[in-house]
Amino acid sequence: MKEKEPAGREFKPLEHKMVPRHEILNEEELKKILSEYNIEKEQMPKIKEADPAAREIQAKIGDVVRIIRESPTAGKAIFYRLVIA
Amino acid sequence: MVIATPKRIKQIKFGLISPKEFRKMSVTRVITADTYDDDGFPIEMGLMDTKLGVIDPGLRCKTCGGRAGECPGHFGHIELVAPVIHVGFAKLIRKILRATCRKCGALLLEPNQKKKYLEQIKTLRKMGQPIEDIVNEVFKEARKAGTCTYCGEVQQEIKFEKPTTYIENEHKLMPTDIRSRLEKITDEDIEVIGMDPQNARPEWIVLTVLPVPPVTMRPSITLESGQRSEDDLTHKLVDIIRINQRFQENREAGAPQLIIEDLWELLQYHVTTFIDNAVSGVPPARHRSGRPLKTLSQRLKGKEGRFRGSLSGKRVNFSARTVISPDPNLRIFEVGVPLEVAKELTITMNVTPRNLDEVKEYVRRGPDNHPGANYIVRADGRRVKITESNSKELADLVELGWKVDRQIKDGDVVLFNRQPSLHRMSIMAHEIKVLPHKTFRLNPAVCPPYNADFDGDEMNLHVPQTEEARAEAKILMHVQENILSPRFGGPIIGGIHDHISGLFLLTNSKEKINKNDALELLRKSEIRELLEPAGMVDHEPYWTGKQIFSQILPGGLNLQFKAEICEQCEVCKGVDCENDAYVVIRDGILERGTIDEKAIGAFKSVILDKLIKEFNSDIACRFIDDATRLSIRGIMHSGFSFGIDDEYIPPEAQSQIDEVMTQAQDKVEKLISAYLAGELEQLPGRTLTETLEMEIMKELSKARDSTGDIAGRHLGMDNSAVIMARSGARGSMLNLTQMAACVGQQAVRGERIKRGYAGRTLSHFEKGDLGAQAHGFVRASYKSGLSPTEYFFHAIGGREGLVDTAVRTSQSGYLQRRLVNALQDLEVQFDGSVRDTRKMIIQFKYGEDGINPMNSDFSKPEAVRRIIDSVVGVKE
Ligand SMILES: [Mg+2]
Ligand SMILES: [Zn+2]
Ligand SMILES: [Zn+2]
Ligand SMILES: [Zn+2]
Repeated sequence: MKEKEPAGREFKPLEHKMVPRHEILNEEELKKILSEYNIEKEQMPKIKEADPAAREIQAKIGDVVRIIRESPTAGKAIFYRLVIA
Repeated sequence: MVIATPKRIKQIKFGLISPKEFRKMSVTRVITADTYDDDGFPIEMGLMDTKLGVIDPGLRCKTCGGRAGECPGHFGHIELVAPVIHVGFAKLIRKILRATCRKCGALLLEPNQKKKYLEQIKTLRKMGQPIEDIVNEVFKEARKAGTCTYCGEVQQEIKFEKPTTYIENEHKLMPTDIRSRLEKITDEDIEVIGMDPQNARPEWIVLTVLPVPPVTMRPSITLESGQRSEDDLTHKLVDIIRINQRFQENREAGAPQLIIEDLWELLQYHVTTFIDNAVSGVPPARHRSGRPLKTLSQRLKGKEGRFRGSLSGKRVNFSARTVISPDPNLRIFEVGVPLEVAKELTITMNVTPRNLDEVKEYVRRGPDNHPGANYIVRADGRRVKITESNSKELADLVELGWKVDRQIKDGDVVLFNRQPSLHRMSIMAHEIKVLPHKTFRLNPAVCPPYNADFDGDEMNLHVPQTEEARAEAKILMHVQENILSPRFGGPIIGGIHDHISGLFLLTNSKEKINKNDALELLRKSEIRELLEPAGMVDHEPYWTGKQIFSQILPGGLNLQFKAEICEQCEVCKGVDCENDAYVVIRDGILERGTIDEKAIGAFKSVILDKLIKEFNSDIACRFIDDATRLSIRGIMHSGFSFGIDDEYIPPEAQSQIDEVMTQAQDKVEKLISAYLAGELEQLPGRTLTETLEMEIMKELSKARDSTGDIAGRHLGMDNSAVIMARSGARGSMLNLTQMAACVGQQAVRGERIKRGYAGRTLSHFEKGDLGAQAHGFVRASYKSGLSPTEYFFHAIGGREGLVDTAVRTSQSGYLQRRLVNALQDLEVQFDGSVRDTRKMIIQFKYGEDGINPMNSDFSKPEAVRRIIDSVVGVKE
């Protein structure tokens, strides 16, 4: 087993500068996105429930996560992923 | 014509074929290894039996009654006297044997375990996921059992010897033993090991019946001598039948077990090589000539196999291939096609009221009188070859509804391609220009997208055959539409080599060009008027090179940028740059600055970029045409050459270089003695030896650079190589340094050369010598010539480069194949998302930003700045 980090020094994935912002979509947001792209949830790209970033925001299977990345050309790039097992 | 709608494949099922089915699908049993009788007629129940299909014209198939070409061919079969293993499944047999009871055939798992695994397999199947992992776990678990829980039998270790031998307890298992064990496995157990008992019973892997492929799959060819030459598969089948017969005879005669086993082994060998002739551990079956036979697997596998060679890619008609050579007088979207090629390649014209007269003229000219026509297709579909003698008659006969294959002529759109086709600009649409001689000609400005040069490169040309194809080629693939690369959003077509040198010489010199020369320079461009002369000398008007260049710039072009020759001074003096490196173009007039790679070079041209994005591709294309022609005349105007004398360094510079070298050598010696004395200061994270190596490398490369600087000071802008290096036309200052001053350290894997003899690189040095010379430092220049040891080290360093390129190309080729296969069906949808054929989303916005990289400014988000500049006006 991995040794426990000293208190206050645990690794926080979301605070790492290479990890983009992750957030769970609420019901309305999800509905809006799905109708905007005219898709079912299953057609979205996936993310594992066990993904460190997904675990950090307590995403559950079936949730859709919004990922906001910094992009050199687009400023902010928004991406969605369906949480799977 | 009936247009069949494509059908969607719902399901593909793979399985094994049972002996029963082999017999059912067979039209005849094959018992004799002979093929034809003395009259050349196929022998019945032989390998060429006419029941198996026909290949000779005149004969009819005894099964379906079809003639050669109509009959698809039919399978036959051989009854094997003794069963043999199918090599393709040898590993599966090993797994199954180890997982099942040697006595009762039960899968060696507890009933509840079996139930658990079966359920898992079923759910995975339902979800369309691979079941491999579960099945492997089943085999792993079942193998652990020591005794059978169903009959109590103690299990034995089974050793597997490649390719088809199984040994239990030092006792070889014969295929018959294996088959009877596999037969005992129950349907329920078969499902647990991931097989389908209806479609793939394990015992079917052990062959008792061998299907004989139809004759149409292995046609024999008649040689010029009248002798028949059989297909490799037929040869192999002959072997199998012969051994099969011998086996039977021996067994009936009650031959000793040893002989029977030998024959059995031989039968196994022939069946194995019939299926796959490249199994490791099995010597490949060879033809009499020593060539390995191409059997079933070899027909399917690899680049030339059925999948990659015949299905994903095929040979095509309406194409040509020859060596390429340059012609700067062609426009960039033209391609020079040899007359001989133009006479052979055709475009089909449908005869309509509008083109009747035109078509008749083509037919009248016949095949030898370019542009003529080679074939006509009458309304009833009959093809008639046009010859010198029938062309006049046929021309009168031509009527509506006929088709005529007319020869390609100037202006036709064709696709031009150079392999490897790594990006979309590797295939572009050109307009043809029929020319004498035997090579394809192209404007050297289109070499960069094809990555072509003229050291013997060959290129392919394809003639689109339908109106749709031609329209698509012209709109999407035309050279003009591909000047910008989608890779970096800048021009990929543009000036190279002498184009850059030529315009550099023209625009950088202070020469006063008289009217005669000015018109001569511009002769090939369609410019017939000159600007106001720059001044007068001896009552004669004169023009500057900049003015001449301005003639080919379109009016309304405004640009300011730093040229390639800019020395990146701390504070840029802008228009007052003493190197004339700051380019100012106002309303299509080059006011200041030098035209070099940054202005017109492929990959870097700022002018071309602006012309396409703010004018149009037509103007940009015209500019490249003019620039290539003007530059060639410009370089010829002053003349341009490079010889050994251009590497000459005056004696005082040479002694400076020697000085630097001696000092560097001294420093290296000092480093070495410090190291040996243990006084060397260790670099963080490095061993003492590593530190020494790094310090030496640093010292020597510094020395090489400073010799380069000394040489550079004496080789000024009057030196051709310096002009080429500085303007970006070709080569670098490093190349020049190596030619004139010092070649420098030769490296292998980024380190000094260390390997060779024990304790030393070459026998010319003492053991343990750490000096520069002993480890690949080449002090000489290419001009002065290398010493023997230097020469040897240089060869070592050079070899590394060659190996690298060879390895890199093969690796990147495979990477390319994998990427193309993974990405080929992705599509940008109207909503900007990228989806695959299953309509799954790959990206929500194409490339994060939804921008076509071809229209981006060198991949930088600068469009906004450009718009502001154009509205507010560029500041001076
Ligand atoms: Mg070449
Ligand atoms: Zn037939
Ligand atoms: Zn048993
Ligand atoms: Zn400057």
